[in-house]
Amino acid sequence: MNYINSDLKVVGTRPIRPDGVDKVTGRAVFAADTRASGMLWGKILRSPHAHARILSIDTSKAEALKGVHAVVTSKDFPEIASEEAFVGEGPMNFRDLSTNIMARGKALYEGHALAAVAAATPAIADEALALIEVKYEVLPHVIDVEDAMKDDAPVLHDDMFTAGVNPKPAKPSNIAKVVTFKKGDIDAGFAEAEVIFEGSYTTKPVHQAYIEPHACLATYNPDGQVTIHASSQGHFMIRAYTAKLLGIDMANIRVNPAEIGGGFGGKTLIYLEPVAVALSRKAGKSVKMQMTREDVFRGSGPTSGAAVTVKLGAKKDGTIVAAQQVLKFQAGAFAGSPIGPGCMCGFALYDIPNIDVLGYDVVSNRPKVAAYRAPGAPISSFAVECAVDDLARKLGMDPLVIREKNAAVNGTKTHYGPTHTNIGYTQVLEAAKAHPHWKSPVAEGHGRGLAAGFWFNIGGESSATVHINEDGTVMVATGSPDIGGSRASMGMMAAEVLGIPVSKVRATVADTASIGFTFLTGGSRVTFATGMAVTQATEKVVEQLKARAAQTWDIPVDAVEWKDGKAFPAGTNAGAFEPLDLAAIALKQGRTGGPINAEVSVNAQGAGAGFGAHICDVKVDKETGHVEIVRYTAIQDVGKAIHPSYVEGQIQGGAAQGIGWALSEEYIYNDKGQMENPGFLDYRCPVASDLPMIEAVLVEVPNPRHPFGARGVGEVPIIPPMAAISNAIKSAVGVRMEHLPMSPPKVRAAIDAAG
Amino acid sequence: MAKQHVTATINGESAEFLCETQQTMLDVLRDVVGLTGSKEGCASGDCGACSILVDGRLVCACLMLGVEAEGTSITTIEGIAEGDHLHPIQQKFLEHAALQCGFCTPGLIVATKALLDENPNPTETEARYWLAGNLCRCTGYDKVIRAVMDAAAVMRGETV
Repeated sequence: MNYINSDLKVVGTRPIRPDGVDKVTGRAVFAADTRASGMLWGKILRSPHAHARILSIDTSKAEALKGVHAVVTSKDFPEIASEEAFVGEGPMNFRDLSTNIMARGKALYEGHALAAVAAATPAIADEALALIEVKYEVLPHVIDVEDAMKDDAPVLHDDMFTAGVNPKPAKPSNIAKVVTFKKGDIDAGFAEAEVIFEGSYTTKPVHQAYIEPHACLATYNPDGQVTIHASSQGHFMIRAYTAKLLGIDMANIRVNPAEIGGGFGGKTLIYLEPVAVALSRKAGKSVKMQMTREDVFRGSGPTSGAAVTVKLGAKKDGTIVAAQQVLKFQAGAFAGSPIGPGCMCGFALYDIPNIDVLGYDVVSNRPKVAAYRAPGAPISSFAVECAVDDLARKLGMDPLVIREKNAAVNGTKTHYGPTHTNIGYTQVLEAAKAHPHWKSPVAEGHGRGLAAGFWFNIGGESSATVHINEDGTVMVATGSPDIGGSRASMGMMAAEVLGIPVSKVRATVADTASIGFTFLTGGSRVTFATGMAVTQATEKVVEQLKARAAQTWDIPVDAVEWKDGKAFPAGTNAGAFEPLDLAAIALKQGRTGGPINAEVSVNAQGAGAGFGAHICDVKVDKETGHVEIVRYTAIQDVGKAIHPSYVEGQIQGGAAQGIGWALSEEYIYNDKGQMENPGFLDYRCPVASDLPMIEAVLVEVPNPRHPFGARGVGEVPIIPPMAAISNAIKSAVGVRMEHLPMSPPKVRAAIDAAG
Repeated sequence: MAKQHVTATINGESAEFLCETQQTMLDVLRDVVGLTGSKEGCASGDCGACSILVDGRLVCACLMLGVEAEGTSITTIEGIAEGDHLHPIQQKFLEHAALQCGFCTPGLIVATKALLDENPNPTETEARYWLAGNLCRCTGYDKVIRAVMDAAAVMRGETV
């Protein structure tokens, strides 16, 4: 059924989330809060070198230390053949993942795991790590993406021959893959152009910087059965990778989803779980592992840093007729940067007849990148949205008008294939234009910037069950880890379909043994896909409730109507019966056919794409180069906000992360290829005093493929901030900041250079 | 070295524990006393997820040694509510949806308690600077600050 134009009583309201009290009282159990009797503490030894051959690892002294129960190295893990998998977000090679969690042969980045110990206390584990003797042959390393592409660069993998070029290269290199997307005739497009703008941009790797470090608790039983408590964006993902990397049947692994303390894409792959299971197997005891913050920075994935060029050609009236982009993305030590979406997203906001995009996926001696909120798109759009802004300046056009004039609309064919349908970009730009922020005068000495963003959003596999309790209250279970309030929205959709208050519905996240397969929480998919499964399961339950009423009244089921939580006879012909409410039917379910419940699994298609536009006012201190965000407005098409507070929260949080990416966050390396700022003091995430209120404006263009019209919202808001801020700085002080982060020294230097 | 015996008041009740001299108060709370509401986000005093009150003063438990608790009165997130009655700060965090993942929330609530104990009527800017030691990566702080300002108004008796 479709409820898009229905009179909704629950969806669109702002109830308190079901897991809220646990989280404000300290009771919520995150992975690091789990305990098992007799458990050991596992810790990982990491490479101090950016690139080194591992000549030997001697663990004998560590093993001999009192209190040490197990030590593992790559020898304790099966050798995995190269195999592409789609377990997490984006393609992943099982062999690479295996080598990433425990180095084999070479250490490929500073922080690469080499060995692990399990000991009675964390202090003994630390002592044991110090007793492990590793002999290295230090190799030349490479950090920067363009350096890594040079002919004489140190090569990380001697079996990496660039994919996507014909013929296959004669020698290995750090370029894992080349991708191209073309539409129209780029040369003809530029020939036709009357004004051309070209720009070059760089972005630094930034970390998702979830406040909860990765953690897990694993128990390997003598019968081969494994239990894991993990903090992740997908406990089915944890199961799949652990099974594959250790050669264990999935049926023998049960993963319990602990509360997750933030992920943003960074918890869509694994680091600790197979290591903890291997230690537990060897020690015969449960093993708990948790990363330090330093481990998180050095050993888990940031997103790519990149070098990007953009060339735009336009008519004098502002019509963009040609657009070209070259993107070079750092993948970290293994192939698999988000170069694909990077190539797709920048120009996806525009209706341009001639497009040419070329992308490189490049490895270098840094941690393997992980997904980060709209992977690839923020980098791509930083470049494109700055270039469009400068093109508008060159043309003497308003930045909003040039976007309106060239905006992708329903029917626009993208350069990567699909045609946009049911998109709300026009409505987003209209809302921006009408917003008081956009209409207000810019204060003296301030600058205003505008930028937009696009993300596909995804659907995919989700399972949900709905059970009617004996007293008429309702259980909803899904396989989607709740990372930002999804239990609230799942319960709300079920309550809406049942016509009951949300307080009568309890939504939970079920473990891998208790519900059907569910793809991870990522791609802005949960409200869309898992919400669809919940809605359909609830509808099946409603059908059963109607059938029970029909049976009680001895009338045909199609003569029963369900409304406001009650079964009614449909019209006078059906008979004159008092309505039966949910509780009354539930009470008798044992006598009318047994328990009432339903499980639905979907592979949801038609996730509506998301568009957003951000308006930012900045004040630049010309003396220090400090950029202050004075006012910030984020406008986004959200389809339908199920729980508007948490939709706003996604937008505000995404914008704040984008502001950090823009102004202060970066990985800083020394000449040995070691990260110099692996802590929150020097890796500077925005704090409360760095930010103003962030106004989230919800535009609701319903997605017809979702029962309530929802589309994903979590990823779009991190895309526009970097360009919005660069554009605002340009407006304020006349300099174009092409290189992130736009930190005070860089801004000051740019102002000085401009004289 | 032998473990040290420490006597303190934790969340209003007298408590005794044994700890290693090098153990942080955070590790003591989580692994010895069994109060896991205080979180480790950095162990270097930069994220505030382990914020506790020591004799009313806001402290990162990761920067304090367990033995330093001797004779002090400590309040953790577990001691903010009175029985099953949520503190207004907790209630306002819920009403304003001022949490997403909830990992930084215990620290933010304890830090807010310290703020409002000291300054019952903070400006937005004062609240932002006071909470600058508490990282939140999910919310962008907007709803957090609204919850803090609203809780302050409730505690002053201006609204409910």
